[in-house]
Amino acid sequence: MTDLLPMDEALWVLLLGSLLGLELIGKVPPSLHTPLMSGANAISGITLLAALTLIATAPSPLLQAVGAVALAFALYNVVGGFLVTDRMLAMFRRRGDDR
Amino acid sequence: MTPSSLLALGHAPLDLAAVLLLAFGLKRLGRVSTARAANRLAALAMTLAVVGLLLHQGLLGWPWILAGTLVGSGLGWWTAHRVAMTAMPQIVALFNGCGGMSSLLVALAAAGLPGETSALAMGSIVISVLVGAITFSGSLVAMAKLQEWLDTPAWTQRPSRHLVNIALAVACVGCSVLAFTPLVPTALSLALLATLALVLGVGLTLPIGGADMPVVISLLNSYSGVAAAAAGFVVGSRLLIVAGAMVGAAGLILTSVMCTAMNRSLLSVLFGGALGSGAQAGGADQGEYQNITSCSPEECAMTLEGARRVVFVPGYGLAVAQAQHSLREVAQLLERHGVDVKYAIHPVAGRMPGHMNVLLAEADVPYDQLVEMEAINPDFPRTDVVIVLGANDVVNPQARTDPQSPLFGMPVLHVEEATTVFVVKRSLGAGYAGIRNGLFECQNTSMVFGDAKQVLNSLLQELRELGVGKVDNRRQAPVLAG
Repeated sequence: MTDLLPMDEALWVLLLGSLLGLELIGKVPPSLHTPLMSGANAISGITLLAALTLIATAPSPLLQAVGAVALAFALYNVVGGFLVTDRMLAMFRRRGDDR
Repeated sequence: MTPSSLLALGHAPLDLAAVLLLAFGLKRLGRVSTARAANRLAALAMTLAVVGLLLHQGLLGWPWILAGTLVGSGLGWWTAHRVAMTAMPQIVALFNGCGGMSSLLVALAAAGLPGETSALAMGSIVISVLVGAITFSGSLVAMAKLQEWLDTPAWTQRPSRHLVNIALAVACVGCSVLAFTPLVPTALSLALLATLALVLGVGLTLPIGGADMPVVISLLNSYSGVAAAAAGFVVGSRLLIVAGAMVGAAGLILTSVMCTAMNRSLLSVLFGGALGSGAQAGGADQGEYQNITSCSPEECAMTLEGARRVVFVPGYGLAVAQAQHSLREVAQLLERHGVDVKYAIHPVAGRMPGHMNVLLAEADVPYDQLVEMEAINPDFPRTDVVIVLGANDVVNPQARTDPQSPLFGMPVLHVEEATTVFVVKRSLGAGYAGIRNGLFECQNTSMVFGDAKQVLNSLLQELRELGVGKVDNRRQAPVLAG
């Protein structure tokens, strides 16, 4: 196994992270819900860090290959997610705004 | 793995910076003026996190890292550039499912690593597998429904589906418990858990109607955050736990906001079955439409010529017909004629809250002309012409007047209060939720049958023939207030 965080520390981190998430999204204009969901979705691809750690610590090519597939899935989520979000947000303009 | 404490300290500042930037990014994604920069900030944060991790662990297994990176990023880049704006909700679902699959795979592989697996580690693995699998299969079903590859078959609406899902859930719990015991090999119990959870994801999502899919995707987005946080427990990464928890919690908030906009409770979305299917759509309101008035684009143009205040209500049908650009041209013509033009945007117009704003933005419609439901509803009584384009359920007056209607209680646009309403529609078919619309029978409503794009183009032609929007023909700008 990879090295684990102490249980209590990990739970504190979980708790504080959740509270932060609850506070971050407060009032959001409905027009931004789709980009926001897409952006948050890209961030959830951060599980790519776990895939990277797995590749580095796996003792066998099989497990490393699984890690590589996991990495590909996560990066698909991250790269695709940030790019479509950017594409959507690039189009929000006021009257008279230049590109 | 025994990193020296120095190295461990070495990437902590990068991790902290990444968390800060991610939090700022999520926060600032909620305002139009900062959203684009915020998205880039979040992408930067993600890059920092990866750099920090690679500094920490070195480039062990780099060929695998390279392969995974090239394939994943390449496909992601390709998909993101190729996808049409109309398909955005299903693409978000697809991306989301892949994130869940990644957490699932990491957890399965982590269980196969040599050495003792502590109870905490096994608990995290089990959660990651379970949530990751449900996210993956559920997201794929949601995507297939939005893409209209899948409909909602009647047999999925039977009450017995709950029993099947409960049985699956109990079996999942059983497999999870087995994973902690030496009775069966861990690999077997986890593989069984993953399989059952994949089926459960389908079982939970399949009975939910297409109209509720945005809520489902938002919830599954939250799940993928939970799966990522659990993967963070598995590999011992604080950053992953924080980011996963953040997205999980933020996704829950967004889900509840969407439910409010659609006047649906989360429980009824998840377990109430599809709107407008089977018995739910029944009641006195079924049957053929009566007293329908229809008119040609020419008559519509003549009405528009004399209007001072026009509101367009765009729906998903407009986007499907790729008619946003034609709509903008009509709107510009009317504006040059001195007409006050607005677009009324229902919170769930399109396939997802905010989807319509994106679609209109793509057609260069300035976003300050888009008016949200609460803001525009009081204005309908003094609006001369409303043109409904490819929207249906969001302008259904029965949502306010008919307690029998499945839509009853959903906030809608009060378009029937305008002097004249034109509904551009290909036929008298039901809406996405399969519910009859009383607006079509209102006295001040005229149907303009046809494809949205063709109707708008002939409207454009008729307006030009009437001389609307010509500079020399410009009339005095009307007094907009009152």
